[in-house]
Amino acid sequence: MSDIQLDLVSDAKLSKMGSTEKVRYIIDEVRKGKIMVLEKGLDPLEEAKLIEMTMAEIHDDFYGLEIESYPRDDSSSTFLGKLFRKDSGQQKLTVIGPANQLKTLRKDNSLISTLVSTR
Amino acid sequence: MGVISQFKSFFGRLFKKKNARIGIYGPPNAGKTTLANRIVKDWKDDGTEPLGSVSHIAHETRRAQCHHRLEIESRGSKICIDIVDTPGLATKIDFHDFMKEGLGEKEAKQRSREATEGVIESVKWLDDLDGVILVMDATADPYTQVNVTVIGNMEARKLPLLIVANKIDLPDAAPEDIKDAFPQHPFIGISALEGTNMETFYEAVAKQFG
Repeated sequence: MSDIQLDLVSDAKLSKMGSTEKVRYIIDEVRKGKIMVLEKGLDPLEEAKLIEMTMAEIHDDFYGLEIESYPRDDSSSTFLGKLFRKDSGQQKLTVIGPANQLKTLRKDNSLISTLVSTR
Repeated sequence: MGVISQFKSFFGRLFKKKNARIGIYGPPNAGKTTLANRIVKDWKDDGTEPLGSVSHIAHETRRAQCHHRLEIESRGSKICIDIVDTPGLATKIDFHDFMKEGLGEKEAKQRSREATEGVIESVKWLDDLDGVILVMDATADPYTQVNVTVIGNMEARKLPLLIVANKIDLPDAAPEDIKDAFPQHPFIGISALEGTNMETFYEAVAKQFG
């Protein structure tokens, strides 16, 4: 049975990187077959960049990413949320892996259930 | 988001410009092109706008298609919009999935290549829109990353968003699940194929983007 590497990536590590560097790092690690759990995930613009850069890498032996995070907090839509919010794109815990190894079984507002398989 | 984009967005809303450019986004096979075709048929039935082809095979739309200057009128409000029908957003594209739909390997790989280019084009369009109609399949799970990402991008850009639950004509449709998943945004359930609830949809479009 093959082993699967699971990396739990702290916000401290990712926050030192610029957006492009962060996305590049994630794609490179995932292409090595790693499953990554990001403590605070990506902001929406970085998520879009991740999709864009992933698409440019897709080939016969790489089908892309499975990525799941929780919907962002909607407190910013309330009066108090608007008054006190610091960041409209609040980031959430995120799991990312190769599409051929990570499969989402179920996801809702409070649970992400995934199946990880060997290549 | 850049200072110039924020500046343009702020003044665009301030002066309520009437020719907004609205992107139709969503995952593959949600019915984006069917909706775009329905809007064009309803508001520009002069044959000048080519309609997009639709298919049960995912990623049928692989290039963004623009429909210009559609004048939509609802309950006395009139807006002029450009509609951009974008290729379905996805984080993965496996050519084997196209082969399962009956395509040969060469054709499947070609479709896969074109689909990846289409997704890139869709993402790039996000920088050049005044608002988004996010189309979701009412029979599918709404908590997809594509939906979360599009909604997050509109919120970060402070641009208006209308969530559309499509395919409500199907027996297993659950549009309320979509409404419950993203309660902070305006929502409307339709069947673009059958034309169900389109009057209410146009009313929501005029209100949200006008």
